Amino acid sequence: MLRYILKRLLIMVITLWIIITLTFILMVSIPGSPFNSERSSNETIQANLESHYNLDEPYHIQYLLYLKSIVTFDFGPSIKKPDQSVNELLGRGFPISFELGIVTIIVAVISGIILGIIAALRHNGFIDYMAMGIAVLGISIPNFILATLLIQQLAVNFDIFPVATWKSPAHMVLPTLALATGPMAIIARLTRSTMLEVLTQDYIKMARAKGLSPWKIIIKHALRNALMPVVTIMGTLLAGILTGTFVIEQIFAIPGMGKYFVESINQRDYPVIMGTTVFYSAFLIIMLFLVDIAYGILDPRIKVNKQGGE
Amino acid sequence: MKSRQEIHAGYSPSEVPDEWFKLKEKDKDAAEAVARPSLSYWKDAWKRLVKNKLAMSGMVFLILLTIMAIIGPILSPYQVNTQVLQDQYQPPSAAHWFGTDSAGRDVFTRTWYGARISLFVGLMAAIIDVSVGIIYGGISGYKGGRTDNIMMRIVEILYGLPYLLVVILLLVVLGPSLTTIIIALTVTGWVGMARIVRGQVLQIKNYEFVLASKSFGTKSSRIIRKNLLPNTMGPIIVQMTLTVPSAIFAEAFLSFIGLGIQAPVASWGVMANDSLGAILSGHWWTLFFPAFFISFTMFAFNVLGDGLQDALDPKLRK
Repeated sequence: MLRYILKRLLIMVITLWIIITLTFILMVSIPGSPFNSERSSNETIQANLESHYNLDEPYHIQYLLYLKSIVTFDFGPSIKKPDQSVNELLGRGFPISFELGIVTIIVAVISGIILGIIAALRHNGFIDYMAMGIAVLGISIPNFILATLLIQQLAVNFDIFPVATWKSPAHMVLPTLALATGPMAIIARLTRSTMLEVLTQDYIKMARAKGLSPWKIIIKHALRNALMPVVTIMGTLLAGILTGTFVIEQIFAIPGMGKYFVESINQRDYPVIMGTTVFYSAFLIIMLFLVDIAYGILDPRIKVNKQGGE
Repeated sequence: MKSRQEIHAGYSPSEVPDEWFKLKEKDKDAAEAVARPSLSYWKDAWKRLVKNKLAMSGMVFLILLTIMAIIGPILSPYQVNTQVLQDQYQPPSAAHWFGTDSAGRDVFTRTWYGARISLFVGLMAAIIDVSVGIIYGGISGYKGGRTDNIMMRIVEILYGLPYLLVVILLLVVLGPSLTTIIIALTVTGWVGMARIVRGQVLQIKNYEFVLASKSFGTKSSRIIRKNLLPNTMGPIIVQMTLTVPSAIFAEAFLSFIGLGIQAPVASWGVMANDSLGAILSGHWWTLFFPAFFISFTMFAFNVLGDGLQDALDPKLRK
């Protein structure tokens, strides 16, 4: 187990390093200096600015400085929003995005699992087809489309929920719904197929023969084993939800990190783009690592030191 | 079966003379003939796919969409980007079947242009992913040992990179255009395919027919082409049908956040983004048509992929 954790840790560090190096190479390869704008400034000012941000150093020194700044968690200033550092933007936006993400995951996991169980218990029945129909639709409709449809129907036409911003629980309903539907559908399909497989196993027959109540069999014996695949795809789902927050926050005008990120892309505010990308990637990669470790701990049958992929 | 003696025992010999019994000549050809028509793997898979109504309707939808993407813009009297400002926000009518958008452009024409872009991006991404994935995964799985170990470590690291974030980074630097989107989508997109091909090859290369082929002294390249690849085709095709919708989604997503196809060009993501304001004022059709076609195209590819997965799996054969 320890060897496995160390191996995953090493891969994680390499992946992070690649992302950081990639962002650095990309930042350097963007033509022109960040201070070349239409308003041409005095050459001395230009030179001063460049030396202030170490842009006059040779590339390898810049690279080391960049590595150092990231390790010390300093992502530098924003070019387009004066007096603001990327850290400040992250500090303001991240808690809101995090809240949205957590609520979404909880909703998606719980509703997805329930939908999957019901579909599996009514295998090939009407409810099964209904649930799987909803699931395929949920996978197929892009979240930004769903978000706009929800706004139009539930906020504009019927005025049930508020349209935008992030103030009360009522404001959270629509963005969460838009963001959670896709992951919920994936979880429902996965739970259904593994449940169907588990329900044919001998130990389920055994539990039934013992005279356990159907609910006890499902919750104690079947569900526990059926949930392992759901844990494996949590990493992918997290990545999907995270990128989903970019558009959802944009559409619902939620002042989270995703909104700043998309804004910075549209304004070509390179330090913010690079800083947030590194931050997002680090967050995701660490999450993936934790999911992997959790999986190894939860399922003792897994040979964690097995070589290679499949 | 009773023996002849036993039958005779119940009757007197005079009643049932031996001549009554004639040995039926065995028709040798008929016995050897195969009752069911012989089916190749592909014919068998096709038969099972046809029975899957949902997958077939997905396929029909995609064929119709492809046809409309080719001839749709020609059918319509309007140009894609011609703005007729006095015709702003016309609801669907005989003149404009899908209505017009904020700049008075015909939504019907733009929708089929969007279909061209979405299908093109999806297919190109899938083809490139498959080609790179087959070569990489094939070599890794076939060589095995140390080569495989190193190649799979690289894949493992690339697999950990957040896909859309890398795509966004690349597009920020390369600048948005159709070509750069396809490049960005495929830079890390082939990794999943490589893993699948490698897993399959690893499994199949130990089968007897490959061993037989090797003992005849067949070259590696020929074994890979003739023995291994045809037998990995099933999972590759399934993975391909699932790559297309994710590429289509990524294109729409990127266009939506302003990093994809740029505004005057009609892509479904651009159209959806343009009409965000319009739905609040009740002009639903500007959003409805691109939204409907993005969703249904993804839906069709997903159900077709599911159907193919069932059809191409020999374990499910009846």
